[in-house]
Amino acid sequence: MSEAAALLAVDGLTKSYGGVHAVRGVSFKLTAGEILALIGPNGAGKSTCFDMLNGQRKPDRGRVQLLGQDITGQPPRRVWRLGVGRTFQITATFPTMTVRENVQVALVSYASQIFNLWRSTPDFQRDEADRLLALVGVEGYAERPCGELAYGDLKRLELAIALANQPKLLLMDEPTAGMAPRDRIELMRLTARIAREQSIGVLFTEHDMDVVFEHADRILVLNRGTLIAEGSPEDVRRDPQVRAIYLGEGLVYDARHQEGAGA
Amino acid sequence: MSFYVVQFLSGLASAAALFLVASGLSIIFGVTRIVNFAHGAFYMLGAYVAFSLTERLSGALGFWGGIVSAAVIVALIGVLVEMLLLRRIYRSPELFQLLATFGLTLMVEDLAVLIWGPDDLLGRRAPGLRGAFDFFGQAIPTYDVLLRVLGPVVLGALWLLFHRTRWGVLVRAATQDRDMVAALGVNQKWLFTSVFALGVFLAALGGALQIPRDAVNHTMDLRIIVDVFVVVVIGGLGSITGAFVAAVLVSELNAFGILIFPKISIILVFLVMAVVLIVRPWGLFGKPEAAARQTPGLAVQPWRPLSAQARLAFVGVLILAAALPLLGSNYALIVGAEIAIFVIFAVSLHFLMSVGGMASFGHAAYFGLGAYGVAFLAKLAGLPMVACLLLGPLLGLFGAIVFGWFAVQLSGVYFAMLTLAFAQIVWSIAFQWVDVTGGDNGILGVWPAALVATPARFYWLALAITALSVVVMRVLVFSPFGYALRATRDSGLRSEAVGINSKRIQWAAFVIAGTFAALAGALFAYLKGSVFPDNAGIALSVDSLVMVLLGGVETVSGAVVGAIVYKALSIWLVSYTELSKLVMGAVIVVLVVMFPKGIVGTFDGLIRSGKLSFFKRGSQRATQAEGAE
Amino acid sequence: MKLSVSALNSYYGPAHILFDVDLEVGAGEVVALLGRNGAGKSTTFRSLVGLVAHREGKIVFEGHDISKAPTHAIGRAGLGYVPEERRIFTDLTVEENLEVGRQPARTGAPQWSREKLFALFPNLAEMRNRAGGRMSGGEQQMLTIARTLMGNPSLVLLDEPSEGLSPKIVEQMAHAILTMKKEGLSILLSEQNLHFARLISDRSYIIERGRICFSGTMADLDARPDIRDAHLAM
Repeated sequence: MSEAAALLAVDGLTKSYGGVHAVRGVSFKLTAGEILALIGPNGAGKSTCFDMLNGQRKPDRGRVQLLGQDITGQPPRRVWRLGVGRTFQITATFPTMTVRENVQVALVSYASQIFNLWRSTPDFQRDEADRLLALVGVEGYAERPCGELAYGDLKRLELAIALANQPKLLLMDEPTAGMAPRDRIELMRLTARIAREQSIGVLFTEHDMDVVFEHADRILVLNRGTLIAEGSPEDVRRDPQVRAIYLGEGLVYDARHQEGAGA
Repeated sequence: MSFYVVQFLSGLASAAALFLVASGLSIIFGVTRIVNFAHGAFYMLGAYVAFSLTERLSGALGFWGGIVSAAVIVALIGVLVEMLLLRRIYRSPELFQLLATFGLTLMVEDLAVLIWGPDDLLGRRAPGLRGAFDFFGQAIPTYDVLLRVLGPVVLGALWLLFHRTRWGVLVRAATQDRDMVAALGVNQKWLFTSVFALGVFLAALGGALQIPRDAVNHTMDLRIIVDVFVVVVIGGLGSITGAFVAAVLVSELNAFGILIFPKISIILVFLVMAVVLIVRPWGLFGKPEAAARQTPGLAVQPWRPLSAQARLAFVGVLILAAALPLLGSNYALIVGAEIAIFVIFAVSLHFLMSVGGMASFGHAAYFGLGAYGVAFLAKLAGLPMVACLLLGPLLGLFGAIVFGWFAVQLSGVYFAMLTLAFAQIVWSIAFQWVDVTGGDNGILGVWPAALVATPARFYWLALAITALSVVVMRVLVFSPFGYALRATRDSGLRSEAVGINSKRIQWAAFVIAGTFAALAGALFAYLKGSVFPDNAGIALSVDSLVMVLLGGVETVSGAVVGAIVYKALSIWLVSYTELSKLVMGAVIVVLVVMFPKGIVGTFDGLIRSGKLSFFKRGSQRATQAEGAE
Repeated sequence: MKLSVSALNSYYGPAHILFDVDLEVGAGEVVALLGRNGAGKSTTFRSLVGLVAHREGKIVFEGHDISKAPTHAIGRAGLGYVPEERRIFTDLTVEENLEVGRQPARTGAPQWSREKLFALFPNLAEMRNRAGGRMSGGEQQMLTIARTLMGNPSLVLLDEPSEGLSPKIVEQMAHAILTMKKEGLSILLSEQNLHFARLISDRSYIIERGRICFSGTMADLDARPDIRDAHLAM
């Protein structure tokens, strides 16, 4: 992975709240078409880290580069214009609009028509909107109020919105949280397919290890704001420190040391 | 020198009442998250009840007993209000809470007039504190000394109450995390009721203590509530210390402002407030609010452009309306023109609050600016009517550009209070800058051009401009700009994440809405032939909110229907009953509690659920489309 | 049975989180609800105390159906709740936090006083007047448990009591929980840390994606390494 090939390059990202380090010196790279998972215990700093990548929060130190361009501290709307789509842990859509209109708003923005006072939005790039809805498999609901969608479909719609600006990078915060098991696998397969076909880099956080191990090309493990491991799913699964902190053997769980002392 | 000291001390005395009312408002907000507009009404009731009691009870004991009893009686009324009204709207959007408590204020005003009459009442002097003492040649009323001491004493007592009693600890805990307090077995219902009672008690006490200083009348409520909003916003909603510091600050600004800038003394306070809000949006002692509350409960159907039939129907109604001069009297035509003008006004606010999610409590500011703009151009510059109608609203546009920039930095209750404050600035200028605006006497003789000088012609002009404005704003709603604006209201997070600059969009929407309101004001000036400060008053701002609410906040065309119904109703009420405020207040309260979706919203809901089969045809296509999937 | 839950379904808005959850806690028993992050443990607890607006199913506590009861009535009935986020009243001192939790003694439940709780959690005794917001994570965890115990509950729900704590504090926590059990308290705790759970619990359930997928004693669980590895330790 050479410097030029990196779609996203994060260097020494640091953020603290009231003297407590939430994220400390996080660095990693992501190439086009790669699917990268960020995992770690609750409170490890995943969300903070994510929010700094798309400008939701400003880092105290460190640098975020997208295709070699420094985007550190840019507001989310600028980061989006540079080709970064985002989905949220709790879906953020426009409940007073139809499913299609949700996508059309993003298309309007992508076409820099926000201050157009005349055209009819429901007719704006209808075909493109329907194409995106079909891509994620919710084309049948185009006329439905967005608020009526089942949660799984809402997550798909979010993905369609995130794809409206032809992104180079997708940031997905717990993409399958709150979904039924079957939907989870389908959504991630869909994401993976789109990412590979369009050569989009994907960074996602997730607690569902099935999803992580099946779809991630590479995994980053965050604990107390620092990266403690990075590698293929296989490497990470075997990493004793990761097992100890996140994958199941908690801090106290170390049979040889604790078995006798505990009781 | 001693003169300034006396002025300072007099400011401190005024601060006491302000602090009592503001701390009550703050305490209530801290726990219930309701900004109680009716707090001014409780203050006024406190004064009235104290007046009656002290007139009947004699001696020092009677006087002081009367004051305290008045506060207790009003607090009990507050308990009733909390149990009967507020408990039903704790989960409503904050706009509804503000409106419901405003409706209550209107009712109380009329009831007070009914019971105590419309005239100023002069209360008894406090026994033993009647005189004044000499301070380096300046007279200081003895009673003021008591008030000056009272502020800090109440502050201290509240501190003890909140830190040294179980009840206080529970209240502080509930302010921070209501759910956790409930999980620990505390019944919030009674906690809320008791907090409300305390808040009302403080307001009523503040009012009762005013009777030896000031005449009691039925306009005390609005006068104090605006000051109190300013105090809690400067001090920070929910902070008692903040209320105290801000009450002193505001009172001193008033006391000295009148010496230094006599013309703009009222504005001074609002300017300080605007600066505080920009520097510290949560006030001097306030804390940042948790994530802004979503507007829950109102299930939303996506808006659709009118179908071909609906457009025809619109044209049909317009033709019918245009035929009114054939049937109606001149009076009907004047009323018709007024209703048309208020349709523009309501639709402009609807654009701001329903499409943009910004509930302004001071939309009349731009209406008033438009009216004054026309009046200045017509009377001072002597321009013809066409030029005035085109240029007059620009004053509203400029006002909206300046005020809007500040206002869109905030959201929710703070946005509502800041817009209210801006409207009060406009009102104050109109009221105080007598040389230019004529003050309370207004500017008279703003007559329309000869071409439209008959009632019928003016009616047609108003109708045409209204139709055009409604069409333009409807086009805006469905334009990319309208959708982007709605996107910022629906989800700030998502709209920023798809490249929309929320603040800029909202600012633009604020200016558009303000300009249309100003256009309505401009027409109104010609309709009445005069302009007055009340054209920018609170009452008018609230009228516009009620029109939108009555029609249905969540509908596209509700504002039109709401404006017609409300305006017709209120003109009728004013001519048929003396108690128009009582009726109007009751209408608002019932509306908020029973029909939060308004006329059009409720009607739509009935059609959709099949209860009105006659109207079903229009919606059938949508159902079929859904079934086809 | 102290607590029995049947066919509990919960939703956050359109998201369906819990699917037909059944579980029981006997008097004096310590039961662990195991599962990974996001499996539904916290939602289960929040549903039990009425903090999830949309829930369906039957919840019987000491013979009374509490599935429709408001949160404060559930707390009054003696079902204590210690949330995962701790939710300390940060502006209040330690003593004041305890005061909020205070309820009269009830029969059939162990009785706690301030002094008894300070003995259970000695760290708290040294900071009676410190504001809750100025305490470490471990101290806050102790305070949140102590606060709930001030209500003299007969059953407590402990949501991830060991989360984010250092091994030493976790051990202290284990001792405290065992003391609580000795006093006669019934406990339902959620946990990701199997070893910690094994130290203190009699029985366990495993929850995965909102469904209960295992129920048995700790020995049963050890006998099924396949289940354990599939749902807890990957």
